[in-house]
Amino acid sequence: MTLNGWIQILIFCGIVILLVKPLGAYMTRVFGGERTLLSPFLVPIERGLYRLSGTSEKEEQHWTSYVFAMLLFNLAGFAILYAMQRFQGSLPFNPAGMTAVGPELSFNTAASFVTNTNWQNYGGESTMSYLVQMAGLAVQNFASAATGMAIAIALIRGFARASGKSIGNFWVDMTRATLYILLPICIVLTIVFVYLGVPQTLGAYVTATTIEGAQQTIALGPVASQLAIKMLGTNGGGFFNVNSAHPFENPDAISNLIQMVAIFAIGAGFTNVFGRMVGNQRQGWAIFATMGVLFVVGVSVTYWAEAAGNPLVHAMGIDGGNMEGKEVRFGIVLSSLFAVITTAASCGAVNAMHGSFTALGGLIPLINMELGEVIVGGVGAGFYGILMFVILTVFVAGLMVGRTPEYLGKKIEAKEVKMAVLAILCLPLAMLVFTAIAVILPTGVASIGNPGPHGFSEILYAYTSAAANNGSAFGGLTGNTPWYNITIGIAMLMGRFLVIIPALAIAGSLVMKKTVPASAGTFPTHGPLFVGLLCGVILIVGGLTFFPALALGPIVEHLAMVAGQTF
Amino acid sequence: MSQSKSASLMDSRILIPAVGSAFVKLDPRTLAKNPVMFVVAVVSALTTILFLRDLVTGGEGLGFSLQLNIWLWFTVLFANFAEAVAEGRGKAQAESLRKTRTETQAKLLTGTDLKSFKMVTGTSLKVGDIVLVEAGDIIPSDGEVIEGVASVNEAAITGESAPVIRESGGDRSAVTGGTQVLSDWIRVRISAAAGSTFIDRMISLVEGAERQKTPNEIALNILLAGMTLIFVLAVATIPSFATYAGGSIPVIVLVALFVTLIPTTIGALLSAIGIAGMDRLVRFNVLAMSGRAVEAAGDIDTLLLDKTGTITLGNRQATELRPVAGVSEQDLADAAQLASLADETPEGRSIVVLAKEKYGIRARDMAQLHASFVPFTAQSRMSGVDLDGSSIRKGAVEAVLTYVGGINSSTRPETVREIQTIADEIAKSGGTPLAVVRDGRLMGVVHLKDIVKGGIRERFAELRRMGIRTVMITGDNPMTAAAIAAEAGVDDFLAQATPENKLSLIREEQAKGKLVAMCGDGTNDAPALAQADVGVAMNTGTVAAREAGNMVDLDSDPTKLIEIVEIGKQLLMTRGALTTFSIANDIAKYFAIIPAMFLAFYPQLSALNIMGLASPQSAILSAIIFNALVIVALIPLSLKGVTYRAVGAGALLSRNLLIYGLGGVIVPFIGIKAIDLAITALGLV
Repeated sequence: MTLNGWIQILIFCGIVILLVKPLGAYMTRVFGGERTLLSPFLVPIERGLYRLSGTSEKEEQHWTSYVFAMLLFNLAGFAILYAMQRFQGSLPFNPAGMTAVGPELSFNTAASFVTNTNWQNYGGESTMSYLVQMAGLAVQNFASAATGMAIAIALIRGFARASGKSIGNFWVDMTRATLYILLPICIVLTIVFVYLGVPQTLGAYVTATTIEGAQQTIALGPVASQLAIKMLGTNGGGFFNVNSAHPFENPDAISNLIQMVAIFAIGAGFTNVFGRMVGNQRQGWAIFATMGVLFVVGVSVTYWAEAAGNPLVHAMGIDGGNMEGKEVRFGIVLSSLFAVITTAASCGAVNAMHGSFTALGGLIPLINMELGEVIVGGVGAGFYGILMFVILTVFVAGLMVGRTPEYLGKKIEAKEVKMAVLAILCLPLAMLVFTAIAVILPTGVASIGNPGPHGFSEILYAYTSAAANNGSAFGGLTGNTPWYNITIGIAMLMGRFLVIIPALAIAGSLVMKKTVPASAGTFPTHGPLFVGLLCGVILIVGGLTFFPALALGPIVEHLAMVAGQTF
Repeated sequence: MSQSKSASLMDSRILIPAVGSAFVKLDPRTLAKNPVMFVVAVVSALTTILFLRDLVTGGEGLGFSLQLNIWLWFTVLFANFAEAVAEGRGKAQAESLRKTRTETQAKLLTGTDLKSFKMVTGTSLKVGDIVLVEAGDIIPSDGEVIEGVASVNEAAITGESAPVIRESGGDRSAVTGGTQVLSDWIRVRISAAAGSTFIDRMISLVEGAERQKTPNEIALNILLAGMTLIFVLAVATIPSFATYAGGSIPVIVLVALFVTLIPTTIGALLSAIGIAGMDRLVRFNVLAMSGRAVEAAGDIDTLLLDKTGTITLGNRQATELRPVAGVSEQDLADAAQLASLADETPEGRSIVVLAKEKYGIRARDMAQLHASFVPFTAQSRMSGVDLDGSSIRKGAVEAVLTYVGGINSSTRPETVREIQTIADEIAKSGGTPLAVVRDGRLMGVVHLKDIVKGGIRERFAELRRMGIRTVMITGDNPMTAAAIAAEAGVDDFLAQATPENKLSLIREEQAKGKLVAMCGDGTNDAPALAQADVGVAMNTGTVAAREAGNMVDLDSDPTKLIEIVEIGKQLLMTRGALTTFSIANDIAKYFAIIPAMFLAFYPQLSALNIMGLASPQSAILSAIIFNALVIVALIPLSLKGVTYRAVGAGALLSRNLLIYGLGGVIVPFIGIKAIDLAITALGLV
């Protein structure tokens, strides 16, 4: 570990902290339907869209209608994306002449992009036509991100409103998230990325003759635009197979920094939106601080583990940290930082191969995902995810001050607890049960790239990444098989919708409740005590479940490495 | 009643039958009510069957397996035992109550003139029947006195042997079946049929027969069931992981891990905590009609308290004498004392006391003075004394001024003005002025003061720290009310209160999302009692009030509301504390069992054995023994409740987190290590 390394980490954290307030203020105004800087241009478009679709921004929905609209929209997105892949051979914008994608892979990819996971069992440049990349995948990158933001806003309204019935209008929230937040920022990011050397073209791939005289096809395409939403919308699906490790997808340290900040920006901003909407920004900062503590601890462990390197390699006379699977452009600190950010935030873009990290370095990304992507998390998704833990924390801690639990004046009762437990339960269900089946199924084990605990980690990582809607891969596992395409697809759908529906049910239940004014008897949820407590609950309730699995994967691998043993 | 009150936590009369009940409660239908313990029983049954199979087929490690099985069953039995102990304490109380419910004969009045009666059995009475109860009779059922006055011994329900007065018409018209009339006679209209009387309800309440899960308990049960499910996933997937790693794990070990991980501690003690909470109220002589009301008590935001009797002593007292110019204090004291000698009202007596203590005027004999007492009448609004041609009067200032104007037209206007000024000052300070006149000459004013109860100000400060706002309810005018409110330290007051504005005050508070508690006794309190989230009716009150409230205070002590709130808070805190403890325990249990479990195929994992436990077997056994014993160790806490301190929520939380959260992390590390040392030394593994 070097001072230089820590300074780079600090710069990143500083930029994110600075962005929280302005982004929070802007997003609050957008979702509240208030005037913003962009209103003169966008309001007419927004109105036009409503007129076209027959919605009205004044029409609010009950939580069940909100769920129904969300499911309908996502189902349609899923069907269209599936069809586009199956028929891409007959569709335009296909200069490379890609043929139809198989049914299992199409299912997996459709589920992956609809759920904001962007797990890729395919190589982008060798499987998908420009049309599928732009009109299919990139559109879902926006739509799935906007869905997450809408759900988060709806849940926040549940806390902010008192004695109401409706939690907003899904169509309106979706439109505003896309039009006012995702699109404008993406346009700016795209231009910056193009400036930094990321290609943006509809032209065909270029064939080059190498110095040795061999012919090499260089894949190009509308990379910059997809890169912007891939990061900002915490999608993570790379245009190229190696994602942000590819020089065209991440040319230098500046583009790397921008990408990392883009991953966290909206998710971090949501904590402030929350604070503003419930009328006390400190409530938002408390949640941000919780995320911050867990993040910094994660970064420190991974950076330390990677910088320390592998004693077995040291024994061979090669000093220094672990550089396996890392780009020299980014080195140990930026690869470690990127890995922790991308797994903390449900993004899944990678600039290094997580499977090549040391056991402990790779343990942190795994834990980040197992906690349910609540450390900043996916856009919107991270926020409603952490609120589930907040509900459990408040429920137990609230009892300890001798009152029936309440959060921000809303009583936390049987219904909220039930839904929060359901939401938290679905993750170990998808992650552990699928892993348990895959590790004893011959077809599951056959895809493993390395024997021993590392192979176990590969499978565990795949389902964990899928259910957490992260999308990053550990590498080593051959995912494009019918078994993995289908089960990973199911895990992604479970991890997305089995959390969203309980979250909206909670919103619907909370919005009807009165807001109890705070008194000396209500315990403060904006102080360090609450932050510590929330961290504890996230780690114990969210993390302990995975202790046996982690013990058999990365932990035993690490202990073996220290003992000088290989598999 | 008084016996069980003094019953200690661990009374052998309760403990011994509880051991038996612990086994009776193994009935699956009983166990099913508690999801966590039901799951433990199911897996224990499974491992027992597997053990028996191994016993027949001659498997390995039978001794270890037998010990684990025994401790698994102990876990269930300890939970049952905890509940049985909690119930046992109620049962003892129910027993003594039941004794009062012996068959009684009732004098049922018949005929239109209600002159004659016939003897019927108490149980045959219907609602609306009118009975005559005379000295020595047991009141056959709950009812309302419609005629007569009697002294009644209510020791059967209150444990207080001093008789109380029950009379028709007032706020003391309710009588309870099973209590005994000591003197005089009353006619009672029966208001409860046999089987649904107050005593019947008390019996079922203290026995826990009617116990239903309260809303918060249901929510907590959901959380515990959810956590159990999460650990089902965590443990059920292990065999497959182990197979991948090339090993296998015995079912009994998996079950041991599972049982130690699921929140058995709180699961086992949850119902005991609930029963004990109700029981604590009963010890305070308060009956809660539902557990929900007890929980609501912990949440109270606003407390409405009657001024008289709650905040101030029931009676005003003379505290000061203010003579007009030209009259000495001594003279005024002399006149005031003479006027009050025969005045038996508490105010009058307090004047005599003041005259003696402050001015050294001894009590005099009315007969010696040839004095004759002039009693207070509603018309004169004065009382006084006539002696040897002299006449002294004291009374409301206006009344006295009118009286003086009638007999002595030479009273100077300055004196009248002076009297009025003094009277205003006294009223502003929250007191009541009483003018004294001797032979037509205005002497001065006696300051009668509402005496705020000692220590009440501190109680209110404590409530404020709890986050509870206190509102004083009084019939006084706003000026007086404000002064007393300031002196007592209440947060707000409602002056010139009527039943209507009391009710609307409650509704206003509730509209703001607050929970309101109040106590009352009169029939006109009934709507407000019913509207309040916690309505405590005084046992001396009317039937209507008792029906409207959701708690009854058998001692009829309005300040008890404060204790009720504390008991409600204690109940919730105990649940929270034990839940936190239970969850925090898991860390140590993982560190005990995980390395032991996987050691056979991944010896590297012995690095996780940070407690240095002797062997895999002893590690697993120690964890399960700790898990079972901690239930027993926490029974006293769950019955007594976590102590509530009015220090503000933040401080309270840090304190409880430190004890039950951090303690919950550390204690099992120590406990498991200690048990490991013990069983290794004993050679059990």
